[in-house]
Amino acid sequence: MTEVKAVEIKAKLIPIYIMGKKYEVPETLTIMKAIEYAGYQYIRGCGCRGGVCGACSTVYRKPGSYKIMSGLACQTVVEPEMYLTQIPFYPAIRSTYTFEKLTGKPEEVFDLYHELFRCVACNACSKVCPMDVEVMDYIAALKRGDIKAAAEISFDCIQCGLCASRCMGELPQYHIAQLARRINGRYLTPQAEHLKTMVANIEAGRYQESLTGLKVMDINMLKETYTAREMEPATGGEDWIPKENIGL
Amino acid sequence: MKISYYPGCTLKTKAKNLESSALACLDALGVEYEELPRWNCCGAVYSLSDDDLIHLIAPVRDLIRVQEQGFDTVLTLCSMCYNTLARANELMKNDEVKRGTINDFMDEEPDYKGEIKVVHFLDFIRDEIGWDKLKANVKNPLNGMKLAPYYGCTLLRPGDVSIDKSNSPVVFEECMEALGAEIVKFPKAIECCGSYQVLGNPEAALKVSNDIITEATAFGAEAMALTCPLCDYNLGHRQEEMLKKYEGTKALPMFYFTQLMAVALGVDPENYNLDLNQAVSQEFLKGKNLLEKVST
Ligand code: FES
Repeated sequence: MTEVKAVEIKAKLIPIYIMGKKYEVPETLTIMKAIEYAGYQYIRGCGCRGGVCGACSTVYRKPGSYKIMSGLACQTVVEPEMYLTQIPFYPAIRSTYTFEKLTGKPEEVFDLYHELFRCVACNACSKVCPMDVEVMDYIAALKRGDIKAAAEISFDCIQCGLCASRCMGELPQYHIAQLARRINGRYLTPQAEHLKTMVANIEAGRYQESLTGLKVMDINMLKETYTAREMEPATGGEDWIPKENIGL
Repeated sequence: MKISYYPGCTLKTKAKNLESSALACLDALGVEYEELPRWNCCGAVYSLSDDDLIHLIAPVRDLIRVQEQGFDTVLTLCSMCYNTLARANELMKNDEVKRGTINDFMDEEPDYKGEIKVVHFLDFIRDEIGWDKLKANVKNPLNGMKLAPYYGCTLLRPGDVSIDKSNSPVVFEECMEALGAEIVKFPKAIECCGSYQVLGNPEAALKVSNDIITEATAFGAEAMALTCPLCDYNLGHRQEEMLKKYEGTKALPMFYFTQLMAVALGVDPENYNLDLNQAVSQEFLKGKNLLEKVST
């Protein structure tokens, strides 16, 4: 009988510099895990761990290059000799406005964010964006009043704030982009009529009865109801519709 | 013929009437154009400090975009944009040291050496279309309109980017003449309207604008043709202030020259966007029977 021995696979350790101090960390880790491996405990600067919340933005440099690199700590794998620090937050002023009072005119954005016109097109914002958003391009679009283009170009923004950290015009780009997307959604995009009907139906109590029913149901009945629910068959064609079409 | 077109921010907001009328004219003259993708504000004003290179980044980047787009010439409409882009281009062509600094700074873009030619709508029509062809396309000549073409500064100065002889230009007059206008030449046609002094010293700007209007009127003008949104602001939109402040000043209808060209070429009036001009301008065209002619 041959004995099977568990083989311990050890990742190679590589040196990285966290806030200027050297640590040896396994080369397979993300920056976030490497920071934890090095002994730090997150109470800020970490959220979703999935690359969507924007809490873990990180800047780093590698030997032999003057380039500033950036990445999300939860998504970026460590590299030997990288110098890094996380910048979980960067102060950027968000103007206050009553959204309902806006009408979608470019001048409203100009009034709320005069800084827009301090942009000199240096492009440092786009270069640092860990989501590869063309930040300078959406700022350019806003300066000429094209809110829709700005909303579309900035769509992938996760509001990490690195753009604002690099801006020589001191713009809070990501806040301005958020305003653009809000205005675009509310005023510039055609409204879905069926959605309005649906909301009205719900407000009129469309689901009230079935919800109250579910709340008072005993556990067995609840399980039974769940199992017996109507499901789209695996072979259901494109034109399959449920018997009880409560959607719309 | 196909050309790259750089609009500029103001033409997308306050001066839509300049853009819509100009593009309709290009269509009528059979010129194909393609708006520059990913363009930036040119900076609007060319910095006068010798070492203020950061303000050249925006215009140079726009010129690089023209190259990326695959054209060797870019057409501008706003005379401020023309000036800023053309001067940045001259610097990139002639100043090796500054060119190096700027190219080094924009290390994410290909190097640029001033290869693009920057033209303004007026010299483009003169050099590529020609007055004869323009004339041949006129459907509603501006007959009898005593028109004062006003250049302002930025198409003519400094000399190395001037679209014509700086001190004795004729290109604007010739263009309007081809459209059938009766040209009123007046000395202040190449003087400054006050430009962005309107921000820091609005009274001084109002005075020079008023001088321009009163002189044109004294020389017999009944309307003025413009090339620049800032001139239109100072000479057109501030006219009410002038009328109140200065005795003897008379209202003078203002048009972008492309609006008058659009009228003469008989393009769809919806491209004139006359509601962005002062009320007197629209009235004036009606009085000349130039609006009715088109719609019939
Ligand atoms: S933790 Fe949310 S993006 Fe990295």
